[in-house]
Amino acid sequence: MTQTIPIALTVNGRPRSAEVAAHHTLLEVLRDDLGLTGTKECCLVGECGACTVILDGRSVDSCLMLAVEADGADVLTVEGLATDGRLSPLQQAFLDKGGVQCGFCIPGQVMSAHALLAHTPHPTRAEVEEGLAGNLCRCACYEQIFEAVLSTAEAAAAADEEAGR
Amino acid sequence: MSADGTGISPTRVGTSPNRVGGIGRVTGAQQYVADVRLPDALEVKLVTLGVAHARILSIDASAALAVPGVQAVFTAADLPRPVPRFGPQFVDRPVIATGETKYHGEPVAAVAAETKDAAEEAARLVRVAYEEIAPVVTIDDALAPGAELVQDPSIRPNDPLAGTNVLREHRFGWGDVDAEAATADVIVEGDYTFPMVTHFAIEPHAYIAAPDGDGIAVWSTIQHPNWLQRILSGVLGMPLSKVRVYAPDPGGGFGGKQHAKYEPLIAFMALRTGRPCRLVLSLEETFQAVRRTTTKVHVRHGLRTDGTIAFVDVRADYNIGAYADIADRVVAKGSYPAAGPYRVPAVRILSRSVLTHTVPATAFRGFGNPQVNWAVESNLDEAARALGIDRLEVRLRNVARTGDTLNPVDTRCDGEWDQSVRKAAEMIGWGRPLPAGHGRGIALGIKSGPTTGLSYSTVRLLSDGSVIVLAGTSDMGQGARTVFAQIASTELGVPLDRIAVVMGDTSIVPYDQQTSASRSTVLMGNAVLSACRDVQARLRAMAAKLHGIDEAAIEVAGGVVRLPDREIGVMDVLKPGLGRMGGEVIGNGMARKDAEPDHPLSGSAAFFEFNCTAIETAVDEETGDVTIVKHVTVSDVGKALNPLQVRMQDEGAAIQGLGHTLMEHYIYDDAGRIRNLGAIDYRIPTSMDLPLHMESAVVENEDGPGPYGAKGMSEGALLCVASAVGAAVRDATGAELHDLPLTPEVVWRALRERDRRRAEEVAR
Repeated sequence: MTQTIPIALTVNGRPRSAEVAAHHTLLEVLRDDLGLTGTKECCLVGECGACTVILDGRSVDSCLMLAVEADGADVLTVEGLATDGRLSPLQQAFLDKGGVQCGFCIPGQVMSAHALLAHTPHPTRAEVEEGLAGNLCRCACYEQIFEAVLSTAEAAAAADEEAGR
Repeated sequence: MSADGTGISPTRVGTSPNRVGGIGRVTGAQQYVADVRLPDALEVKLVTLGVAHARILSIDASAALAVPGVQAVFTAADLPRPVPRFGPQFVDRPVIATGETKYHGEPVAAVAAETKDAAEEAARLVRVAYEEIAPVVTIDDALAPGAELVQDPSIRPNDPLAGTNVLREHRFGWGDVDAEAATADVIVEGDYTFPMVTHFAIEPHAYIAAPDGDGIAVWSTIQHPNWLQRILSGVLGMPLSKVRVYAPDPGGGFGGKQHAKYEPLIAFMALRTGRPCRLVLSLEETFQAVRRTTTKVHVRHGLRTDGTIAFVDVRADYNIGAYADIADRVVAKGSYPAAGPYRVPAVRILSRSVLTHTVPATAFRGFGNPQVNWAVESNLDEAARALGIDRLEVRLRNVARTGDTLNPVDTRCDGEWDQSVRKAAEMIGWGRPLPAGHGRGIALGIKSGPTTGLSYSTVRLLSDGSVIVLAGTSDMGQGARTVFAQIASTELGVPLDRIAVVMGDTSIVPYDQQTSASRSTVLMGNAVLSACRDVQARLRAMAAKLHGIDEAAIEVAGGVVRLPDREIGVMDVLKPGLGRMGGEVIGNGMARKDAEPDHPLSGSAAFFEFNCTAIETAVDEETGDVTIVKHVTVSDVGKALNPLQVRMQDEGAAIQGLGHTLMEHYIYDDAGRIRNLGAIDYRIPTSMDLPLHMESAVVENEDGPGPYGAKGMSEGALLCVASAVGAAVRDATGAELHDLPLTPEVVWRALRERDRRRAEEVAR
């Protein structure tokens, strides 16, 4: 029998617990045990970024992390970005700038961009290119994704200035 | 009225409203096939061998069946005899390998278990005894005398080529090439190869099948749900009405999801177990399920001293893999326009579909054209060089003008193509001085649009004035949903947020032939347009009855009903017209392009996709590394119904084209095994691999057959990427390039070959 281990973690602000198989990844537990299918599965070797989530403030490939390693962690997935039914500014920018085509890579792109902006609120274009280098988009609307991230940062900076921060 | 004061509603055609379906894509709510969960579903894992070609001696499932949770180990022995075969063009692919495997990755068994873990564990325990047979991997292997036959001649009755590995030969052409060759002033020829690449949609293929009353329901990442329905109906012996295909929006298709792969297998397993069966492929398994045809092309151009093309002579061999899938059609349709978008008096094309023990090839954005374009456009550059004529000039001198004959039996030139060429040349700064080590290239691409087509649409105007559009296109990222909603918005005057576009359910949505060949804006677009016009006609009849006037005196357009004496809104007619019982107004539309039996492709082009790509590169002489300094892509789109989506499709296609141009290729070993399965060893362009500058533009003359003068687009910007990049590298370095991808190693070797050639010339 597969050995299971109880874990407790916070996902999108909600405390969740699960009995997880020792060899299951965080991605498997999010999708299969917690029913959060917004996080996508593609390469399973940490190259495509489709499974990116934010764990204790760091962006991680959830396919490369065992679920048991996430015990006690605070996890943010794409489902947790919109609040009170309103898209986050970053999500809205992805739509407005045309950063979305088939959409399959987008949860990962949005989470990587979210983590990037959290650490680097005023990124240069080169920093955005590098920050998203681990997220493949085969539709290749990279340019529009960069525009979405940069415009989100600019809007946040303008709002800060207005607020006198 | 518009919010921006322009008088143009922001949801009409010609504007760029946010993508319909976009919100689900940024919130994670969008359900792709792998996100669909059915209660009581079994997880399926395929069993494959570590070799390409083998005779299967026995399969022992006892250890696998002993794994707790395993419900079935399915092999050819569980299927009707003979094992059913299927395919879109040839009925050659067995539901599961029977007797032998023909390529690395072909499933010989499939395990169904309560959990993914159990299925995976059991799959490893299925013991297959087999005898490996030396495979034919390359075109040369397959055409060698006495080569092992990939397909048993018995499944190719009455086929004169059945004793060879050539599935089909295609001959196209006109004029007298030999006579032209006798008088041409310069003849230049060369050999070119195009690599084996895969689609690498970020969504791996996925399938679910579930018994559904006395029928079956199948979820698939398929681009052509109606075609899949027909295939399943055939292999299962069920009427179409009992085969319900759900096709959630695919997470990228690019041609790789056009045709059935493992759906018949999963359907048989669901019927056998009586439970839903679910198979989500890994990326590695997807690599072993779909790839593009790879080619060897020999091309010969004859030109006159004034730069006009006298003849084009092309021989193209396409390696199509172990089963035909749609690849032979790719060969025919991809090689057919090999002479390019030029006026050429004599053309001879011989293309062959060559079977090998490799992954069955299928459609891939560009449908066989980029492979030939690489050869023909590169060789045209060499011919221009031999004549001492500028490479842009030779193209402008020969490119067809509106109404010119291309192929005498096909559609004439349907665009102002020279406008695209001039625009691209201007954008790249053709003729201006360049820094040392930089070079420029320009190339033209043409592709025949759909040769046949049939799309139905139903548009329902509901009692509150909101609208449902039923359209069987698959929205795999190209944005078909948005464009259809914009057409309905324009015709019916309804804002986009009150329009729903329903796709992907063959029991609900009317028939659509397929989502391919950049057809949907034109064919389904016209069907949606005609369904909207049908709604308008019914509103006219309703208004005539209400107001006691003649229908002919009433006009309905853009949400306005024009009576002889005044204008009223649609709701002013709809509400009283429907009355207290409610109801709806239903309009039906259809767009059809019939086959032409005597045509070499069974149908002329509905339109041509035309693109001009211009590139500036910088090449590192020491390492062979190529930097794309500037990438310009200009497409003739007739009318951009959604300019932002057009830009995204063009720029996306351009970057995708840089993949096969610079980095992508399968590595097969002599035993027919793929050595670089998966994302670590097979690289596609990332955000760090982009051109330093990308600029796209469109030419819009509203001269297409689609709604409002639109033409199909989406593939054009990929057609000649390699040709333009290769030309720029050649221009920068003087190195001759014949083989893709232009990896640093390939370019470095070409540079050394150039040095050797130059040294020889000096020695002489």
